Amino acid sequence: MRHIFAFLLFVFAVGFFAGGVAAQGEGPSDDEVNAIAKNLYCPVCANVPLDVCPTLACQRWRQQIADKLTAGWSEQQIYDYFVEQYGDQVLAAPPARGLNWLVYLVPPLALLLGAVLLGRLLRGAKMPTGAGAEPLDTIYSDYAKRIEDELEERR
Amino acid sequence: MKRPFPRRSKVNLPPEHMIADLGLGALLIAFMLALYGSAAAWIGARRNRQNWVASARIAMLLSFPVISVAALCLVYSLVHLDFNLEYVAMVSSRSMPQYLRATALWGGQPGSLLFWAWLMSAFASLVMLRDWRRDRPFLPWVIFVVMITLGFFLALTLFFENPFTHLWQGADGTVWSQVLRPNGAVPFIPADGNGLNPLLRHPGMIIHPPMLYLGFVSFVIPFAFAIAALITGRSDDRWIRLTRRWTLWAWLFLALGLLLGSRWAYDVLGWGGYWGWDPVEIAAFMPFLTGTAFLHSVMIQEKSGLFKHWNMLLIILTYDLVIFGTFLTRSGVLSSVHAFAQSAIGPSFFVFIAGTLTASLFLLSQRWGSLKSETGMSSLLSRESLFLVNNLLFMGILIVCFWGVVFPLVTEASGIIGSAIPSLSGIFTGQKITVGPVFYERATGPLWAGLLLLMGIAPLSAWRASTTRTLGRAIWKPFAVSVLVLAGLLVNGMRQPGALLALWLCAFVFTVTVFEFWRGARARRTHGENFFLAMWNLIGRNRRRYGGYIIHLGVVLIAVGIIGIEFFQQETQGQLAAGERLQLGAYSLQYESLAEFDLGDGRLVDRAVVNVFKGDEYLGQLFPRRDYFYESQQAMTIPGLRSTFEEDFYVILVEWEPLSGEHATFKIYLNPLVNWVWLGGFVFIVGNLVAAWPEPEPGLERRRVKATIQGAKAPVN
Repeated sequence: MRHIFAFLLFVFAVGFFAGGVAAQGEGPSDDEVNAIAKNLYCPVCANVPLDVCPTLACQRWRQQIADKLTAGWSEQQIYDYFVEQYGDQVLAAPPARGLNWLVYLVPPLALLLGAVLLGRLLRGAKMPTGAGAEPLDTIYSDYAKRIEDELEERR
Repeated sequence: MKRPFPRRSKVNLPPEHMIADLGLGALLIAFMLALYGSAAAWIGARRNRQNWVASARIAMLLSFPVISVAALCLVYSLVHLDFNLEYVAMVSSRSMPQYLRATALWGGQPGSLLFWAWLMSAFASLVMLRDWRRDRPFLPWVIFVVMITLGFFLALTLFFENPFTHLWQGADGTVWSQVLRPNGAVPFIPADGNGLNPLLRHPGMIIHPPMLYLGFVSFVIPFAFAIAALITGRSDDRWIRLTRRWTLWAWLFLALGLLLGSRWAYDVLGWGGYWGWDPVEIAAFMPFLTGTAFLHSVMIQEKSGLFKHWNMLLIILTYDLVIFGTFLTRSGVLSSVHAFAQSAIGPSFFVFIAGTLTASLFLLSQRWGSLKSETGMSSLLSRESLFLVNNLLFMGILIVCFWGVVFPLVTEASGIIGSAIPSLSGIFTGQKITVGPVFYERATGPLWAGLLLLMGIAPLSAWRASTTRTLGRAIWKPFAVSVLVLAGLLVNGMRQPGALLALWLCAFVFTVTVFEFWRGARARRTHGENFFLAMWNLIGRNRRRYGGYIIHLGVVLIAVGIIGIEFFQQETQGQLAAGERLQLGAYSLQYESLAEFDLGDGRLVDRAVVNVFKGDEYLGQLFPRRDYFYESQQAMTIPGLRSTFEEDFYVILVEWEPLSGEHATFKIYLNPLVNWVWLGGFVFIVGNLVAAWPEPEPGLERRRVKATIQGAKAPVN
């Protein structure tokens, strides 16, 4: 009996969610389209992501995305379609292949090189510990001395 | 060449034509002054002839009034609509108000290059008016460098992008643009001009370019002094001390330019943000990065005599990034490498940047030996070490920015190799790519966090020597307060690790900075000053240090704003019928109506009326709209904005049914804390003003103090 009840509950749940989806069934929402569009750039409107580009061409692209979503395409399939049609420049960041690897590798390598150079420069410097540490006040000595001098001068 | 102007009519030349010729003549004289000034300065320095140097100085002083004549002639032509000038016909129109016609001076390429040269000449004249008696050896070389730079921009204006180019019509009706009248041609005067790009008709955009250009040109002055120091063999920090305030003012203007540009993007571009990592934005940001590194790094040289090479490199880099920034935005290279190759201005910039960079680095290499550090690094925790790490992080961000902007050009240009060597065509495809915000945000995020951490630690470390114990004792209280803030955020339900880390860092830096003020004021109060007077005197007596701290506070506020929008921005979009609502977070938007009307100033406006609610509370109406400009056939999206320090409710009108207006599509953004960016920007500017404000002459100051003391000691009757 308990199993039958569980089965009925399952069928009801599936039916409920399926019904919900079917009720929506007019196509994807604007937000679903924009979630994909914001990662795409049309070749004409330089540096304006597709989700906010007001041109007619970009409106048509957004409609294309909506059509593809309605047809059951996945997000990746839609990206691939636009890359195939218009080239890699439609993607918000270059795909990591071929020469494009350089865009991802050069900055960290340059930073690493800088860090190595900095390390060599600082090699002579010591990491001082608490032993024999100067008193806290000396941290502000320069500036405190100046204040004192000025106040002294005013007396 | 056929020109795309509407109607055409043949008329006699108007009086404005003479004004334009006067401007052209002034431009030519200014160019000759730049050539003469640089040559005279060179001869005067090489042959030690002071009269030549004096003559070069006069040439530099004269350049400002002469270029002013050229600039004013162009402004006159713009305001009086001399459409016979190609530039005026391109950027001005009858429907534009007078103030916009005047600001169209920097609304297009030829005018903005002239404007650049004008500002440069103003700064050049200003630097000539200082007292040069102590620094006479620098004078000819400063003139030389500034005049070469000025001459380059004047040459571009004169020979490639002349704003005084006229329109001419041949017997067959063909229209040319040419400076001088061709044989048999008559002046061509279009009935109206194209008008200023609508996106530039915004108060932010009117002030933004002058600020940016002021920042650009004022960085030329410290560069000129650095080169003068290299040529004359001065290895001390005199050039830095002389140009400290120039650098601060340059930095201030650049910061103002960037802030105004961001505000303009937020108000006009209609994409819910203020910074899109667009190459043009990055072009202005790069000199700001090296300038910031330089401002920190020069302090090491002043305090410890260290890293003289590095400071030279930084100012050379900043100068060439200023030129590179102008090159990026002016050469057409960003739209395509092919556009760059087709324009004359692009290769000229390229040659100038390569030339100045090579010459500067050559000079630096010649003086490398004499610029060795006077002492060595003594402590890893000293302020010098921390400033060096700060410089490394700034350079890291610079490399990300530079590489992100340049790489698409590299991939596109690599197609040449691919087509020459077919076996490599798979790698060197020549395909255009986009490097968007996602790249910059991921790559620079950790570096920004590192900089925030340094902003918290470095003010507590001492010059030359600092120990873990002293640093630890200075840090623990602010650290404890920042941990309490972190705990508060966790208790309030914040869970994103990135946002928690960033906000904790902000709390830490804020507390450290406030502690510094409090500690300084307390030291003064022991001498009997009340708190406000103590604070006032504290800042007034050490403006550079406390101005810097105010700038740090500004940066923290900006960071809070950025964290808000980066981590917590929400958005939604939906089509509504009249009376329907769209929900986002606690807010809802109700569409009321839409109207279309012609404003009579060349604009067709579609304006929606929407009601905004927070929960059940009615907050008021907003009016998102789309302005369509007939002349340029461009549209401008103006958001409806309800702004508080907590968050901005930002509505864009996306689509609508033109006639009935029955349905309209809106996009809503909830931008938490974004107003803190502008507040932080204001604090940043105040701090910069405190640091950069001219100090009274030391002699005057001493006399004033003495007079005060004597006054205080005088017996009371």
